[in-house]
Amino acid sequence: MTDTAEPIEQTALDQVVIRFAGDSGDGMQLTGDRFTSASALAGNDLATLPEFPAEIRAPQGTLAGVSAFQVHISDHEIYTPGDAPDVLVAMNPAALKSELSRLRDGGTLILNDDAFDERNLEKAGFEADPRETGELDGYVVHRVNMTKLTLGATEDLDVKKRDAERAKNFFALGLVSWMYSRPTQPTLDWIEAKFGKLPAIVAANTAAFKAGHAFGETAEMFGSPYKVEAAKQQPGEYTNITGNVATAWGMVAAGELSKLPVFLGTYPITPASDILHELSRHKNFGVRTFQAEDEIAGVGAALGAAFGGSLAFTTTSGPGVALKGETIGLAVSIEIPLVIVDVQRGGPSTGLPTKTEASDLMMAMYGRHGEAPLPIVAASTPADCFYAAIEASRLALKYRTPVILLTDGYLANGAEPWLIPDVSTLPDISVEFATEPNGEDPTGQPVFLPYQRDPETLARPWAVPGTPGLEHRVGGLEKQDVTGNVNYDPANHGRMTELREAKIAGIASDIPPVAVQGSGNAPILILGWGSTRGAITSAAERLRGAGMDVDHANLTHLNPFPPNLGEVLADREHVFVPELNRGQLVRLIRAEYLVDATPINKVMGVPFTAAELAELIQSTVNNSTGNTNAANG
Amino acid sequence: MTDVQLDPTKRPFWTSDQEVRWCPGCGDYGILAAMQFLHTELDVKREDTVFVSGIGCAARFPYYMSTYGMHTIHGRSPAIATGLAMSRPDLNVWVVGGDGDMLSIGGNHLIHALRRNVNMTVLLFNNQIYGLTKGQYSPTSEVGKVTKSTPMGSIDRPFNPIALAAGAGATFVARTHDLDRKHMIEVFRRAHEHQGAAFIEIYQNCNVFNDGAYDPILKRDNRADMMINLTHGEQIRFGTEGNRGIRLVDGAAEVVDVAGVSESELLVHDEKTANPAMAFALGMLSEDNYSPTPFGIFRAVNAPEYGQAVNRQLDEAAEKNGPGDLSQLLRSLATWSVE
Ligand code: SF4
Repeated sequence: MTDTAEPIEQTALDQVVIRFAGDSGDGMQLTGDRFTSASALAGNDLATLPEFPAEIRAPQGTLAGVSAFQVHISDHEIYTPGDAPDVLVAMNPAALKSELSRLRDGGTLILNDDAFDERNLEKAGFEADPRETGELDGYVVHRVNMTKLTLGATEDLDVKKRDAERAKNFFALGLVSWMYSRPTQPTLDWIEAKFGKLPAIVAANTAAFKAGHAFGETAEMFGSPYKVEAAKQQPGEYTNITGNVATAWGMVAAGELSKLPVFLGTYPITPASDILHELSRHKNFGVRTFQAEDEIAGVGAALGAAFGGSLAFTTTSGPGVALKGETIGLAVSIEIPLVIVDVQRGGPSTGLPTKTEASDLMMAMYGRHGEAPLPIVAASTPADCFYAAIEASRLALKYRTPVILLTDGYLANGAEPWLIPDVSTLPDISVEFATEPNGEDPTGQPVFLPYQRDPETLARPWAVPGTPGLEHRVGGLEKQDVTGNVNYDPANHGRMTELREAKIAGIASDIPPVAVQGSGNAPILILGWGSTRGAITSAAERLRGAGMDVDHANLTHLNPFPPNLGEVLADREHVFVPELNRGQLVRLIRAEYLVDATPINKVMGVPFTAAELAELIQSTVNNSTGNTNAANG
Repeated sequence: MTDVQLDPTKRPFWTSDQEVRWCPGCGDYGILAAMQFLHTELDVKREDTVFVSGIGCAARFPYYMSTYGMHTIHGRSPAIATGLAMSRPDLNVWVVGGDGDMLSIGGNHLIHALRRNVNMTVLLFNNQIYGLTKGQYSPTSEVGKVTKSTPMGSIDRPFNPIALAAGAGATFVARTHDLDRKHMIEVFRRAHEHQGAAFIEIYQNCNVFNDGAYDPILKRDNRADMMINLTHGEQIRFGTEGNRGIRLVDGAAEVVDVAGVSESELLVHDEKTANPAMAFALGMLSEDNYSPTPFGIFRAVNAPEYGQAVNRQLDEAAEKNGPGDLSQLLRSLATWSVE
């Protein structure tokens, strides 16, 4: 078995969506991840959707314990992890039960036949064996004895039976890798690198992977393998990146671009913790990561570090943002830079910790006491998290303000190929600390006035401890304009409130206009924000393909809005706003621009599919009074 | 600016231009004076000193020092100061708060800052009452305390701050009081010199809502019998003519008549004892404001300071992996080229 051997003829496919599903303990995330990496190296465009239970070890074999990984690979540009999978690999009955409905009609089903014993069938809630009831008749079913074949392949090795059995996910990976002509060497290398310290595991996984591959080739049940050619991509060097890693790298980059030490104060929370994990590996950049005693201490420490001159971040998810609200309010008041990363998940409360949702926009916008406006930036794809983290940092530093960066569980764990940027093209976001007094006291002596603003940006000077002559005190009490002294005067409070508001509103002139895709003056506009970009782009392309005149646009800046948004919204027959919430951006748009925008909402813990969006929009336009909430079933 | 404002050995140099707004007669004035006088003696720069506070009467403290300052959020000052101190080990960071701020809403942050040994000096102004919110009982108020929120008397058992700090593994634990400027200055100085987190409980009189709470201990006539001065390396003795001492029984400290026990049973104070149990035992002597109460430095031990430990890891990482190179980082996962 080598990468170059082309055993038999291959059938060309332009794209395929594969879903690996099994028990949490079956290693499905790893399997999907490896398949993705091999596909990235093969030059495909791709998008992934990992889905796993919130429990670390949900009861084995149950529906609650099913973990799945969907990957969409293609020979052309794609924007989503795919709608209905073409192939479903089900490692046990529970995986079959929970995932089958997603498989497209006539799709390929690969079952680990060994797992279909009475006990597992019962645990999955099957009354009769689905392999025999005819309920799988509409699919191409391959029953493979993955466990037995894996045990057979590893029996001459010095591995415990348990370890050998656990290698069956590599059998599945080998089989699917053969089916789709994936290069094998990267996976073999990866096994060696990952498990190198445990030679028995390396041997078992390698043997299982090779056995799966060989099985595909010889079992004569799969016909000829498929081939998805490399996508036409812009020339350059690529890497496959998840949103959380991209966010962490964006934070490192922002530190380099601002020439400030990076500080992350945080507390572990799903699905944001991987940002901490990733960032803590890059201490050689002078990055300090601090795992605090709680969410409040995480943002508190970040604020303290910012006062000391660090580029400070805190990372969390919705429940953490709720806890950090008071400190974010203080940051608004003392006007120093701070970036709060909210990796959104299903809520309220603990909600769906491992599932995606985009329902924190209103909290980001208004979830603080008092009048406390701040800029909001949203990432739209996994790789875009890198640029969004730099942009959030730029705004925080330039305007001396807390900034909320919204990503979500789908972006955090999803992956895509990323054309690695030339770092010299990244923006300079450096700031100057104040070093000299900027005013005079009544006697004419030079003094430092901490709230004397830059007339253009309205940002106040940032003087860090250690700077002689600029000693000053800041705090949460209202400050006198210019001097920053504690002040309770009603008119001053009014003025300071308006100044803080004007500072944030003024950012509109410092951000790019929203780009509209399509003819530019279509009667229909689909407006999204954040991770809905992929589904909206695909849906818009389908609608155009069906002859509809549709524009679409995606917002990166949610506060303030891009300066041209009012124009973009004007004179449309329909403005659709698809969101993974119950209608948050749509309310802001309606309030701000008085447009009769139509919400399209989904809160099921999974992203929109392009098909459902396209159908909903089409039927709404056709009926003009259709039910746009149908996405919730 | 007058000359004294330019002379770091004079108090006005360390005094901000803000009008002090504590109630007349409040114990906080004495503490502020002690802090300003201490700084006239320390060899530190004004710009390298930061006072961080939470919310409460005591928390106004930073506004009155001419250094850098942050008046933050109720309870959160130890956390905010942690970020500042660990990212700027060059600074002298002082944290100021009352018993509500530090022990109630901020209790969690306090114990974690202490156990991590972050380089900061925490001043707990303990007046056993809520002042700024006008007179509710606090986590150090005695059982039975009648306040606005406890008309039938408090049923909460109070914290013993010294024992709490010792229990959290604080490397420096001390107590002083607002009537003795010299003692405050000495304790503050030792805390300032300490590497790591220093915790100082200051008995502070709130003359508006809890006036005279410490009189049973601190009134001139009571001092000899009620104040136990801790001096490192010396036998602990108090009482008129030093007739009382301390001995340990089953790990607990108890007050004894010197005449009734053998000399060898009397405890000699050792602030360097590694095990915090000793500081805990001494702290627990003051069960209430009617018990003989130790003052001075309970504990001062060496342990790795947090910010330095953080910096060591940064240095180690840079040594091992080379200084950060962004272009390399972006290529640290598998990459491929498209022609
Ligand atoms: S209320 Fe008490 S503690 Fe507060 S300033 Fe007045 S006297 Fe001092």
